[in-house]
Amino acid sequence: MAIKIEEVLQNRILVLDGAMGTMIQRHSLEEEDFRGKRFKNHTHPVKGNNDLLSITRPDIIKEIHALYYAAGADIAETNTFSGTTIAQADYQLEDAVYDINYQSAKIAREVADEFTAKEPDKPRFVAGSMGPTNRTASLSPDVNDPGFRAVTFNELVIAYKQQAEALLDGGADILLVETVFDTLNAKAAIFAIEEVFEEKGKKWPVMVSGTITDASGRTLSGQTTEAFLVSLSHIPLLSIGLNCALGAEQLRPYLQTLSNKAPFNVSAHPNAGLPNEFGEYDQSPEEMAELIDGFMQDNFLNIVGGCCGTTPDHIRMIAEVAAKHQPRVIFSQSSTVSSQ
Amino acid sequence: MFIMNKERITLKLSGLEPLIVTPESNFVNVGERTNVTGSLRFARLIKEDKYDEALMVARNQVEGGAQILDVNMDEGMLDGKEAMVRFLNLIAAEPDIARIPIMIDSSKWEIIEAGLQCIQGKGVVNSISLKEGEEKFIEQAKKVKRYGAAVIVMAFDEEGQADSYERRIEICERSYRVLIDQVNFPKEDIIFDPNIFPVATGIEEHNNNALDFFRATRWIRENLPGAHVSGGVSNVSFSFRGNNPVREAMHSAFLYHAIKEGMDMGIVNPTMLEVYDDIPKDLLERVEDVLLNRRDDATERLLEFAETVKGEGKKQVKDDAWRKESVEKRLEHALVKGIVDYIDEDTEEARQQHERPLHVIEGPLMDGMNVVGDLFGSGKMFLPQVVKSARVMKKAVAYLLPYLEAEKAANADTSSASKILLATVKGDVHDIGKNIVGVVLACNNYDIVDMGVMVPADKILDKAIEEGVDAIGLSGLITPSLDEMVTVAKEMERRKMNIPLLIGGATTSRIHTAVKIDPVYSGSIVHVLDASKSVPVAGELINKDTYQGIFSRTKDEYAKLREDHANRKQVKNYISYQAALENKTQVNWADKEMVSPAILGNKVFNDYTLEEIREYIDWTPFFNTWMLKGKYPAIFENEVVGEEAKKLFDDAQVMLDKVIDQKLLYANGVIGLYPANAVGDDIEVYADESRSEIKKVFHFLRQQGKKGSGLPNLSLADFIAPKESGKKDYIGCFAVTAGVGIEGIIEQYEKDHDDYNSIMIKAVADRLAEAFAELMHAKIRKELWAYSKDEALDNESLIREKYQGIRPAPGYPACPDHTEKQILFDLLEVERNTGISLTESCAMYPASSVSGFYFMHPESKYFGLGKIEKDQVLDYAERKEMSVEEIEKWLAPNLSYDV
Repeated sequence: MAIKIEEVLQNRILVLDGAMGTMIQRHSLEEEDFRGKRFKNHTHPVKGNNDLLSITRPDIIKEIHALYYAAGADIAETNTFSGTTIAQADYQLEDAVYDINYQSAKIAREVADEFTAKEPDKPRFVAGSMGPTNRTASLSPDVNDPGFRAVTFNELVIAYKQQAEALLDGGADILLVETVFDTLNAKAAIFAIEEVFEEKGKKWPVMVSGTITDASGRTLSGQTTEAFLVSLSHIPLLSIGLNCALGAEQLRPYLQTLSNKAPFNVSAHPNAGLPNEFGEYDQSPEEMAELIDGFMQDNFLNIVGGCCGTTPDHIRMIAEVAAKHQPRVIFSQSSTVSSQ
Repeated sequence: MFIMNKERITLKLSGLEPLIVTPESNFVNVGERTNVTGSLRFARLIKEDKYDEALMVARNQVEGGAQILDVNMDEGMLDGKEAMVRFLNLIAAEPDIARIPIMIDSSKWEIIEAGLQCIQGKGVVNSISLKEGEEKFIEQAKKVKRYGAAVIVMAFDEEGQADSYERRIEICERSYRVLIDQVNFPKEDIIFDPNIFPVATGIEEHNNNALDFFRATRWIRENLPGAHVSGGVSNVSFSFRGNNPVREAMHSAFLYHAIKEGMDMGIVNPTMLEVYDDIPKDLLERVEDVLLNRRDDATERLLEFAETVKGEGKKQVKDDAWRKESVEKRLEHALVKGIVDYIDEDTEEARQQHERPLHVIEGPLMDGMNVVGDLFGSGKMFLPQVVKSARVMKKAVAYLLPYLEAEKAANADTSSASKILLATVKGDVHDIGKNIVGVVLACNNYDIVDMGVMVPADKILDKAIEEGVDAIGLSGLITPSLDEMVTVAKEMERRKMNIPLLIGGATTSRIHTAVKIDPVYSGSIVHVLDASKSVPVAGELINKDTYQGIFSRTKDEYAKLREDHANRKQVKNYISYQAALENKTQVNWADKEMVSPAILGNKVFNDYTLEEIREYIDWTPFFNTWMLKGKYPAIFENEVVGEEAKKLFDDAQVMLDKVIDQKLLYANGVIGLYPANAVGDDIEVYADESRSEIKKVFHFLRQQGKKGSGLPNLSLADFIAPKESGKKDYIGCFAVTAGVGIEGIIEQYEKDHDDYNSIMIKAVADRLAEAFAELMHAKIRKELWAYSKDEALDNESLIREKYQGIRPAPGYPACPDHTEKQILFDLLEVERNTGISLTESCAMYPASSVSGFYFMHPESKYFGLGKIEKDQVLDYAERKEMSVEEIEKWLAPNLSYDV
């Protein structure tokens, strides 16, 4: 990368893209689209495995990245939310995990580079998305056996390590550990990422984004926002933030906590409101942008984007708002300052 | 005061909540009782696999003010790694414990690392050191950092443990430099333990042990920026084991000085700590002489003094002082403490002082009950105490009754209290909860019309109109009661009634009330979670000024709940019944040994000896009945409810003794063992070993929730060999009761206004019935079926169900269909053999009865059915030859869809 994202972040608020799933749904894809040629004879149905489309329908994924970049996004997330052996086990596609991540990063990289070439003043970045997997390391799925765990820390480390390697090999600029609902899963992801960095002899920026599941203000695994921050501050993150589960309005108090306490950049990519009675997200781009404008007036944010239900229209409005505001100033932790 | 570094560095730790240690934080208290090396009791609990009680130890630490929880499993007889992982995983499921950060305490790195992999928060490793050289130290420190934890570094190096001021600072400084320069460890996450050693040991070299610690602490805080100092305080008083007054004084004096020098964290037992200012001056002087090494003869002087304070116990005085108070105060005291001894004379005294007898009730008695109500509402009194208070109140009112009647006769004008009708609905016989609600409401000056159990809708409503009640409360414990409550509500609507309706009982819920009951009645309906909630709800409903508020509030709330319920998308994933059947428990029947029972057919055990049954009682549910939360026997040590729990338990023992001595209750039971095989999810029960005649068929249901890989969709039918396996398998059945004869006893207590004992006898009979079932199960395993003849388990292990085989009951989570009870009753000829009968809702009468099945294979286990889909319901209806509508009615709570 010619320009470092850390430098850009000092000057302006960066915009993350919006929902991938919502955009894929517009194409009404069928089983054969998901299978493509390569998985034509796979024994297990794969419809709904969006990550697979990076291999079987790269045209669609590239188009979505392009729509978001064109709408003003600085950072696109790779189509790899479920790209771990643990999550892909549902489709019996553990063997495809490296390719899913590698190809996803590669096609996002290609689109990013096209846009950067056209607008050198606005470099585009690729964040390798690392989702929470479908298992929790600190919660038991069996109410009758609270000590049981469906996945161990070590299993998560192995899975995340494979994903992180492939994302970086494919050309991701950043790793984004997102939708963290169990902090122990995220700690395993960070552990894995650190191992990858050590083996590659180089470090990349890391973003972490947690999920507050309801009005209790806690993650699914029970932590308050501040406890979540404390638990994941042991490596120098590019940013820490919140995404999903809630709309911008409901996220406000928790973003305020992060903004007050985090020694890193703060990010938010909320859903387009709360789901309506049909389970759909229907907050308009205008409504969402107005709420986010409020965050920026209060200097909460350094990075902003959208999660479930957001579209290029949302991102366009959010980017316009972001351009009008100064980024939040990170308070510096004096831990390195000596004072005798 | 020590000189603080100017920089403001904070140590940040977390459990579910953050713990921020700022320079102003003074002192962070680490709970130490969850440590097998420090607590014999905790070690015993872990070794005996009593993790529930071990969790209570942790909870008590948190409640007692521990800010970090130290967990140590280093014990030769334990698999320390496994114990650490298991305990930490269990803690993670207890939000009131997991709130605070964990300190993973071990001398073995592999245990530390296993622990680090279990905690989502930022914890503390206790400890690492240079003991095995720099390379190991660096490697471990790097790992600790990567796991995101803070670290305690012991003042220990290749040469050994630091035992002087110089060695302490030398090792701490070297450790600090390695951590900062080579590991890049955050300085604020470094905590030194510069070794607290005993003083006053009689060995001269130990005289400076405390002083050196203080000096080293100050040096660390002044010279190693960011670093913290911790230590295990109780070590210092090691020489005075057995002399708690001296130890407690030593701990607080030590802390007082250490904190002044900059120690900001420590492992301290809060119950072994005297308040510094409360230490007698002469003792303090001698303790500080020792700690600060101020005199050559300091040790001798403290030892000498210690002899004089040894074994000072606390004295117990029976306090009769309250008898000297005013009559109002005496009545209040009697009500709060539940003392009936003087109630007649005190009430008489009050009557003479008041113009009218009613004024005694409205004045001092109600004032006293208000105090009780406030204490109960704020959690300072518990249900058993309130029930005793009610008994005092009832006695006082009974005393006044003739005077009230006389006055009424003379004077027509009486203002009466609000009236509430309570009933357990038709088909249901459970009434402990309803009676508790009655008592609590009566304590709050409501007039209670209690119609008892199995009351049909029209009787309830006729009575409500006749008595002119202000509210109706319906109770029920079993599933069919839910429908019956809907029936009552519908009937109220048809009769155009407008009386508020309260819904309560174990099977009821806010969502069921909102979705099923509320829409059929235009009057006010409120679901009441427990007895304590019934008072404010009844108050608001009955008061004219607040009625409209609660009416529209709950109507809106329930409408919203209904809406959410209707809009709830299929969040849960279900698989087809066919797929669930295919994913059944895999049992290798071919290689399985079948055990044919020692006897076949039915066997009756009537008038079984209660002494024997008593040995099998599991007391924990008994406390739940009385709304005291906690496990037996650990509940007695609970700070909040422990004392009450003990009293209640003692009363239960007295009741049991009485029941046994006077033969007040009879225990009857019948068991049956039959050849059986599974056919799909049915179990065919055969008349005899030829297996040619099917005597009865039991029908089981199968989980349909989508399972993780390798996890089966369970049905009880999985635990009996399928017919096609060709294996000769068996099933057992039982029905027992300990409630024969209970009506007479209850009647006696109620005549005596003694709700406390009336509830107590039912609770005790329930426990006896469960214990009888447990006893029969043991008999089955060891003698009658005799598949585990050599089993030797104590009661605790029985309660934890450590034996082979299960005894699930129809109507409970694994087989929620109550109608299977009818088949079971026919097979065992229960009514004829034992006197237990079934109501139309398939509730057993007497209520203190238990019935169910026996499965013997080691694979069999308890589980919850969860929700099932329509395809299974259709299949089940066909198997049972019942209409789909009827099945849906009985299985309502288990349907994944709305009917």
